[in-house]
Amino acid sequence: MLPEISLNILDIAQNSIRAEADLIEISVLVDREADSLTVIINDDGCGMTAEQVASVEDPFFTTRSTRKIGLGVPFFRMAALITGGTFEITSEVSVGTKVKAVFVLSHIDRMPLGDINSSIHTLITYNTGIDFVYTYGFDGASFTLDTRQMREILGGVPLDSPEVSDYIKEYLDENKKETDGGAQL
Amino acid sequence: MKSLEELKAIREKMQGQVGFRDEGDDGIRVVVGMATCGIAAGARPVLTTLSDKVQEKGLDKVKVVQTGCIGLCKYEPIVEVIEPGKEKVTYVHMTPDKAIEIIDKHLVRGQVVSEYTLDMK
Repeated sequence: MLPEISLNILDIAQNSIRAEADLIEISVLVDREADSLTVIINDDGCGMTAEQVASVEDPFFTTRSTRKIGLGVPFFRMAALITGGTFEITSEVSVGTKVKAVFVLSHIDRMPLGDINSSIHTLITYNTGIDFVYTYGFDGASFTLDTRQMREILGGVPLDSPEVSDYIKEYLDENKKETDGGAQL
Repeated sequence: MKSLEELKAIREKMQGQVGFRDEGDDGIRVVVGMATCGIAAGARPVLTTLSDKVQEKGLDKVKVVQTGCIGLCKYEPIVEVIEPGKEKVTYVHMTPDKAIEIIDKHLVRGQVVSEYTLDMK
């Protein structure tokens, strides 16, 4: 079991990376009035057949050859469902895959969001061949980080160079704080 | 809100500096397992600590990379140090503190920290 929602996001996004996505969109949306925390991970990777989608929630399904068990999706699904939330995967071959998990925010069994900025920073700086669009919303406010925009400004300077890596960290930290006022989630 | 303006300054500063990171064949690769098993066992802070410290200490020859499941899930978090011409060293049950030790002893001074390697278990 992964003890934070942010660790589940890091793990689920690895599936998109392995699916050879060029663009991964990640949204974390907190709505206190609706009592929900919604996570959406959307990629343009190789996608899955209807049969694969049906079996991916089964821990004994994996496309790997090293082992016969894949726990990433079952962990994430269970984490959402035990709060009374919902979980869905939609996918199309050659188009991409979308994973959506809705957690009931106030439920006692909802795991903490955890260090989401660290997950996003790790994904961006360790997968510089992929573009990420990360949106964080809290009630009415939100901010977005789009690596395509960053690349355009940076020219050839890589996203994992120390200066840019530090900037991304600060960008995530400052903007999250401004969006949610430092709320403990 | 932090704006993208600062990126322009970074670009201007960095422009013209080609190959500021040495990624030649003689470099040391530090590989962190980042599959479900590794992440569940605490690989994310280990990875972050390694890359922060490598950057902080200016270890240009060291490249921190991530990989999938190494196949030894019960030993996660696993960190492998791969140096050309030397046998691969596999560190197991890593923590951020142990990672700092690996950097100071193994990557800076070239001494394998054998108490954390796989074969001692």
